[in-house]
Amino acid sequence: MNAVVLDHITKTYDAGKVLAVDDVSLEVAAGELFGLIGPDGAGKTSLFRILTTLLLPDKGTASVNGKDCVKDYKAIRRSVGYMPGRFSLYQDLTVAENLHFFATLFGTTIDANYDLIRDIYEQIKPFSDRRAGKLSGGMKQKLALCCALVHKPEVLFLDEPTTGVDAVSRKEFWEMLRTLKQQGITIVVSTPYMDEAMLCERIALIQEGKIMSVDTPANVIATFPVKLYAVKTDNIYRLLTSLREDAAVDSCYAFGEYVHVTFRDDAAPDLRAWQQSLAAKGHGRIEVKAISPTIEDSFIRLMNEKQNV
Amino acid sequence: MKQLLVFIRKEFFHVFRDKRTLLIMFGLPVVQIVLFGFALTSEVKNITLTVIDQARDVNATQIINKIKSSSYFIVDESAVNYDEVTTAFKKGTAKCALIFPTGFGNDLQHAGQAQVQILTDGSDPNMAKTVVNYLTAILTAYQQEISPGTQLPYRIIPEQRMLYNEEGNGSLNFIPGVMALVLMLVCTALTSVAVVREKELGTMEILLVSPFKPLLVLLAKAVPYLVLSLANFTLILLLAVFVLDVDVKGSILLLFLVSTLFIIACLSIGLMISNTTNSQQTALLLSMMGMMIPTLIFTGFMFPLENMPWIFQWISYVVPSRWYFLIIKAVMLKGLGFSYIWKETLVLLGMTVVALAVALKNFKIRLS
Repeated sequence: MNAVVLDHITKTYDAGKVLAVDDVSLEVAAGELFGLIGPDGAGKTSLFRILTTLLLPDKGTASVNGKDCVKDYKAIRRSVGYMPGRFSLYQDLTVAENLHFFATLFGTTIDANYDLIRDIYEQIKPFSDRRAGKLSGGMKQKLALCCALVHKPEVLFLDEPTTGVDAVSRKEFWEMLRTLKQQGITIVVSTPYMDEAMLCERIALIQEGKIMSVDTPANVIATFPVKLYAVKTDNIYRLLTSLREDAAVDSCYAFGEYVHVTFRDDAAPDLRAWQQSLAAKGHGRIEVKAISPTIEDSFIRLMNEKQNV
Repeated sequence: MKQLLVFIRKEFFHVFRDKRTLLIMFGLPVVQIVLFGFALTSEVKNITLTVIDQARDVNATQIINKIKSSSYFIVDESAVNYDEVTTAFKKGTAKCALIFPTGFGNDLQHAGQAQVQILTDGSDPNMAKTVVNYLTAILTAYQQEISPGTQLPYRIIPEQRMLYNEEGNGSLNFIPGVMALVLMLVCTALTSVAVVREKELGTMEILLVSPFKPLLVLLAKAVPYLVLSLANFTLILLLAVFVLDVDVKGSILLLFLVSTLFIIACLSIGLMISNTTNSQQTALLLSMMGMMIPTLIFTGFMFPLENMPWIFQWISYVVPSRWYFLIIKAVMLKGLGFSYIWKETLVLLGMTVVALAVALKNFKIRLS
């Protein structure tokens, strides 16, 4: 059975003026670690709020564990764990008080499901008497995850859990998610960081309220249709300008210290000749290499294709 | 049940960890009571009376001594002539003066009639009238004293008595009013931010995704403030009795019971505001500013409601503090029992039920 089903969900704000989610259909299998990947404003939070029964969709139906998100909202609220994008625990309560409060609210105790949160809680236990508002970003997220887990939810919704968290804590966080997955909890997580997409089992790329692709990260990359090259010269800005005027170039965009380039005639681009033409335009220290695409390359390509349609 | 207890405990943490709220809660009543009790008094006491005694005879001296012995006046005899008095009036250093002309005693004893002049500052008409009344009373009393034989053939002697407040203690009128005002403002203001704060801080988002019930939240929010408000009420009562010399005539138990009901009514109104607004600022503006003036005017302790146009009288019916003011005056000052206040109590009860129902109905189970 699918843990989460979205069927032609549409959501607008301000009496239909702002389209946040546009006809989204999606399925997440039970026990899956599923990622919603997209930039800010793509509609990730709206989808989360519809699934956690906080918002009513304009059109379409959604269900979690077979329960309808509108009609059976009470049942869903009892059985899911939700961690909103914004830190939403009581800042004036201590770590231990927050956890105890949420455990009791769900009619359980910390001890009853301690196995589930042990690994995470042990890390913040030394600070259990500290007010939640005084924790660092990474510790706040760990506490929020504990509070969302303390009642042993069947499905866990994490809205941008790693936004604003340092690189080490982010890595730790994803390791925790993998451990949780092994305990059979379905996890739906959203992130604007493309590199985190690789850590999910399946991902949905979302942009402007529309799902562009749903697949495993490996497949998303594998279906990248053309060859990708990374180009570097002594002046990236000038390089970008001249690439944009280049008729042979299909797409080009800055990516770290390189510019990622695809060509219109993908079959056999004459790289040597092309490199010479760059040199002729006055570029120095030219470096061109074929690379394998990342999720971000796929995302940008899908986004451009969508805009061109 | 356990959920409710934990929820209430959480609310207590919020209250006790927020020093500013506590300060408002207990600071405001003390300041108000002291201000209203001492500063806002309509009694005239210890006025400096400038006396020019140009007569310097027995009668004038006897009258001056009588004035000195009353608690109303402090006699100032430093001025010697009329001009000095008028200058003092212009400067504002003198508010009233009594002038005995030369030959005052002589006229009184031989012509049987003498004149004194009373000068008062008419820019303060209330005080001016009071001073004239006090002085006339003293003069009349003296007049009767020196002529015991002469009796008018017919005399009406009005015997005055202020029921329930024989001493004319001005605080007596203000205390019940201030109690109603302060409890009403503090209780509504505190709960008005209680629910909306969770919305603003985002905690409502996870609270909603849990198996709690809206009624549970409202109850949990109200309980800590009920407890604190009762403590507050006790504090006000103690201040009234020990600082402002108010004598509680009725049953203390009844007083606490009706006050509890009134506090619950105000907390419900606060919750109603909290559930219908979206920011703490709006809620506070509504409960503090929006309620302050109507409460002040329509409670009836500053301006008599009976003199207001009927439309305002009707408005006053929906102000809970108006009913509480009536109850507390009856119980605290007149010592009346429940049989005299059951109507007002019923009105308060009805208001509580309506406010709670509206609050519950407006509790949003989803984000809007």
